[in-house]
Amino acid sequence: MKIHLRYFASIREAIGSGSESVETAAATLAGLRDELIARGGAYAEALARGRAVRVSVNQTMADESAALTDGAEVAFFPPVTGG
Amino acid sequence: MNARVSIQTEDFDLSAEVARLRAGHKGVGAVCTFVGTVRDRNDGQSVSTLELEHYPGMTEKSIEQMIDEAFKRFDILGARVIHRVGLLQPLDQIVLVAVTSAHRGESFQACEFLMDYLKTQAPFWKKEQTPEGARWVDARVSDDAALAKWGIASNNA
Repeated sequence: MKIHLRYFASIREAIGSGSESVETAAATLAGLRDELIARGGAYAEALARGRAVRVSVNQTMADESAALTDGAEVAFFPPVTGG
Repeated sequence: MNARVSIQTEDFDLSAEVARLRAGHKGVGAVCTFVGTVRDRNDGQSVSTLELEHYPGMTEKSIEQMIDEAFKRFDILGARVIHRVGLLQPLDQIVLVAVTSAHRGESFQACEFLMDYLKTQAPFWKKEQTPEGARWVDARVSDDAALAKWGIASNNA
């Protein structure tokens, strides 16, 4: 299935891009994150397990057990600091 | 109907926003507002500018949901949230939360609730320019604790 990825703030800077589309067979957000980490380099560092990474699916905060659906918009970003 | 949420680069006028929120509502007996401003110091360092990034679409959607939740929890009559993005300087206004109600207690509470919610659940990120270079602001555990007192778990920080 196709997933639209978005990256924000320090993760966007580390990866060097704010968005991309990927084909994945991952069933969950956790699986998708693992696939991105497996690319190595900046992806492995920015999304590394143990780092504070927050995720949303279709613009709603989600946890990594959330299921992926074709065409979903998934975003990875650091803890939010507005206000 | 006036917009409840605005994400904008331009400044806002507190008096004009309060006037708009109150206009025609004869049942309003209390207005509570919070304005957040840019400090020139954070975590022991001087800050020359603050740059705010957000997630267009999700930002508006998440704050609309927060306002819906505030209406469910508190007996309020109106609410307005403005958050600025882009490049800001110390002394600049950054965020406005305004709430109206018949009596003061409900708008005081709803105003604090909305700010606590926004600090930990709305997709904004701050980047500070300091003498040692630019740095992303870290989330604070105390902000999660502030939201927890409303019975909402947050693990943002």
